[in-house]
Amino acid sequence: MSVIVNRYKCGYCGACVGVCPVGALELVETWIEVDNTCTSCGVCAKICPVGALGVVK
Amino acid sequence: MRSSYDVIIVGAGPGGSITAKTCAQAGLQVLLIEKRQEIGDPVRCAEGVGKEGLMQHIQPDSRWIAAELKGSMIFAPDGTEIKMSEEASSQKAGFNLERKVFDRVLAQQAAMAGADVMVKTRAIGLLRSNGSISGIKAMYMGEVTEIKADIVIGADGVESKVGRWGGIDTSLKPVDINTCTQFLVSNIDAGEYNKFYIGEKYAPGGYLWLFPKGEHTANVGLGILGSKCGTVRPILLLHKFMETYMPDGKIIEMVVGGVPVSGPIKQTVANGLILVGDAARQSDPLTGGGIINAMDAGKIAGEVCIKAKEKGDYSVKILKEYEDRWRATIGKELSKSLMIKNLLIKVSDEQLNQLAHSLSGIDTSKMALPKVLPILFKKNPKILWELRSLFI
Ligand SMILES: Cc1cc2nc3c(=O)[nH]c(=O)nc-3n(C[C@H](O)[C@H](O)[C@H](O)COP(=O)(O)OP(=O)(O)OC[C@H]3O[C@@H](n4cnc5c(N)ncnc54)[C@H](O)[C@@H]3O)c2cc1C
Ligand code: SF4
Ligand code: SF4
Repeated sequence: MSVIVNRYKCGYCGACVGVCPVGALELVETWIEVDNTCTSCGVCAKICPVGALGVVK
Repeated sequence: MRSSYDVIIVGAGPGGSITAKTCAQAGLQVLLIEKRQEIGDPVRCAEGVGKEGLMQHIQPDSRWIAAELKGSMIFAPDGTEIKMSEEASSQKAGFNLERKVFDRVLAQQAAMAGADVMVKTRAIGLLRSNGSISGIKAMYMGEVTEIKADIVIGADGVESKVGRWGGIDTSLKPVDINTCTQFLVSNIDAGEYNKFYIGEKYAPGGYLWLFPKGEHTANVGLGILGSKCGTVRPILLLHKFMETYMPDGKIIEMVVGGVPVSGPIKQTVANGLILVGDAARQSDPLTGGGIINAMDAGKIAGEVCIKAKEKGDYSVKILKEYEDRWRATIGKELSKSLMIKNLLIKVSDEQLNQLAHSLSGIDTSKMALPKVLPILFKKNPKILWELRSLFI
C-alpha cells in the first residue's frame, strides 16, 4: 500500500504532508518521500492542489 | 556550530526567524535551521500583510515591499463590488511583500542578533531525556547529527512534523486546509487594491485573489477547501479563470501550497517544546493570512523562552505562558474567523449576492471588515443568524 508521486507535476508545497493522518509523507526540499506506514487512505491525493498523487491499493 | 544550544528553532519562515531573533537579542544561544538551501524560496504565499501588524516587527523597506495598497475590494459571484478601506479585511490590505527577500532579511536579522543559522539542514526527529524534549536529530548534506537544546521550537510550517514527533497530533483534516494554486501574472492592469472574488463559481469553500505586485503584475491565485477538492483542483479552476478574465495575462511564476484553516488547536506546548505559526495552525481560517500571526506568536515564544532560561525550567509549567498568551490574542481572532468560515462554506452564491446587494447605498470605502460585518448582520439576520454571538 502506498501512494505514487508524479514528480513532474508536484510543486513541493508540503500540503499533503500536513494532512497525512499517519505521518507517512515527508517533504525533502523539492521532493516527496512516502514511507511504509502509508495506509492508502487517499487524503493526500484528495487535497493536492495539482493532482500529483495517486493511491495504490 | 556548537553541539548544544539554549533554543533550537526548526524552520526559517517568519515565525521561526522572529523567535530566533527575540531569543538571540536576550543573549540566549540560538540555532535556527532550515531544510531548504534558500530561505524563502520557493514562495508559498500571496504575500499580503497589514501595515500595522508588520510594523510591530520590522520597518518597511523597499527591498521587500512589492506594492503599497489603497485598500481591498470584494466581488460577489454576480460581480457586485464592495470596496473597503486601508485597514480593511483584517491582514489583507496594506503591503504586498516580496517574500523571497523578506524571509531572508528576517533570518539575517536573527543572525545579526547572534543566532547561528544552518540551511539545507532538515530536522528528522527529536531527542528526549527525563520526559522532556532535549534536542533534535538533523540531516545536513546526507549526514545525520544530534544537537542538544533546552527548548525546541517547531516553526516548520504547514508540513510540520515537530509537533507530531513531540506527541501533539497536528494533522489536518481536508476541511481544515485550504489548498491553493497561484500564478504571478504579468501584462495585466494590476490596480491598487487587493481583490477578492468569492463564491462556488470561483473557489468552492475559499476565494480567488488578485494581489498587485507592481503596475502590471499581480499574484493571482485561489484556494479551495480541502474537503471540496478532488474532482475540481485549484490549478484547473485558476486556468479557467485566467482564460475567461485575463486572456492576455502572461504567467511568469507558479506557486502551490496549503494553508491551515482549522482554527485554534488544543495543544501547542510540551515539555521542552513550543509550536509556532503554521506549525501551530495559527493562520486565519477565513483569510488564510498567517504571516503576522506567525511573527506575533514567534515574539511571544521567544519571550517565554527567555523566562524559562532565567528560571532554568523548560517544562510545560513555564512554557504554558506561551499557550495562554497566544490564545488570548491570536486565538480569539482565529475563533471568530472560524465561525465566519464555517458559515460561508454553507452559503450559496445567490445568498452571497444578496449580502453584497444589501450594502448598496452604504459607503463602506472608509470601513474595515469588522465594521462592515455588523451592518451585514443587521440587514441579513436570516442568512447570518449563526454569527449572532459575534454581534449581540
Ligand atoms: C497560496 C498561499 C497564499 C497565502 N497568502 C498569504 C497572505 O497573503 N498573507 C498572509 O499573511 N499569509 C498568507 N499565507 C500563509 C502564510 O504563507 C503562512 O501562514 C506563513 O508563511 C507562516 O509562516 P511560518 O513561519 O509559520 O511557516 P513557513 O513560512 O511555512 O516556514 C516554515 C519553514 O520551515 C521549514 N521546514 C519545514 N520542515 C522542516 C524541517 N523538518 N527541518 C528544517 N526546516 C523545516 C520550511 O522549509 C519553511 O521554510 C498563504 C499561504 C499560501 C499557501
Ligand atoms: S500536495 Fe501535491 S504538489 Fe504539494 S507537495 Fe504534495 S504532491 Fe507535491
Ligand atoms: S494515502 Fe493516506 S496514509 Fe498514505 S500518504 Fe496519503 S494521506 Fe498518508
